[in-house]
Amino acid sequence: MEELINKLKKEVIEQLNLEDISPDDVNPDLPLFGEGLGLDSIDALELIVLLEKNYGLKIEDPKDGKKIFYSIRSMAEYITEHKKA
Amino acid sequence: MKNELLLTHWCLIRDNQVVTDDKVENVTEIFSTFAGFLKALYKKEQISYPKFYKMDSLSKLGFLTSEKVLKESQVLDHYRKEEIGIILFNSSASLETDTEYQKTIQDKSNYFPSPSVFVYTLPNIVIGEICIRHRIKGENAFFITEKFDAGLILNNVAGLMESGRIKACLCGWIDVLEDNYESLLFVIENESSDAVDDDRAAKGNKPTVKTLNTIYYNNGE
Repeated sequence: MEELINKLKKEVIEQLNLEDISPDDVNPDLPLFGEGLGLDSIDALELIVLLEKNYGLKIEDPKDGKKIFYSIRSMAEYITEHKKA
Repeated sequence: MKNELLLTHWCLIRDNQVVTDDKVENVTEIFSTFAGFLKALYKKEQISYPKFYKMDSLSKLGFLTSEKVLKESQVLDHYRKEEIGIILFNSSASLETDTEYQKTIQDKSNYFPSPSVFVYTLPNIVIGEICIRHRIKGENAFFITEKFDAGLILNNVAGLMESGRIKACLCGWIDVLEDNYESLLFVIENESSDAVDDDRAAKGNKPTVKTLNTIYYNNGE
């Protein structure tokens, strides 16, 4: 899980052009939106694309997004759970 | 009310060079890419605005040029945000970003349209970025023309000034295509505005086609 979390941190930073942020700056348990990294609605769409492009996972129900993209850890948990299925 | 226009400040960015009100900034580093130049200029200006990194190159160039000229002019301190307009022109529209977006949808087997690229596939987004940064709420427009046209810029600014809808205008030319880029922004104010005191009036110039063309053609080339 920790390996996936570190990989996700790098992917999110690259995908969202978070230039002044390093993977060490990202707390995997803090919210990605609002406080945390201060992401916006376009970033949310980019994260959906990231999941599909890098992990082949499509979010079928948009309502799940809030839970899946709460933090880097919740994203990692979703990937782990659904890649196994 | 008289509507005499006054050109108070300008900034031109082209060919690794920044010229603000005739002052040329020395560029000691040679940048191999336009992206590298933009990033270095952002760092040099010590601006803290993380959204800068998410912008496309047209918006980054417009953002940086506006930062330079607005800081110099202090126009934001002299006018209400509703009194400041923005009128921009270029010839390449958002083609640079349109092409980048096209790459994300070109291959049907690797079809991942990028939302963050898509939002910049209109040239007037650069105006939005400048307005968001400074909370400017005046009239704005973005026109596509074949080349820099000082007369067209002045006609549009004069029209808006005469209508009374704005008292100051950030206007000019911002064009980006591949590694070719140039940006020239002027701050034009209404001389009869309360914000223009004798000191400011004395420092400004009458913005004529000749004046604007001289700045455009005689700097940074």
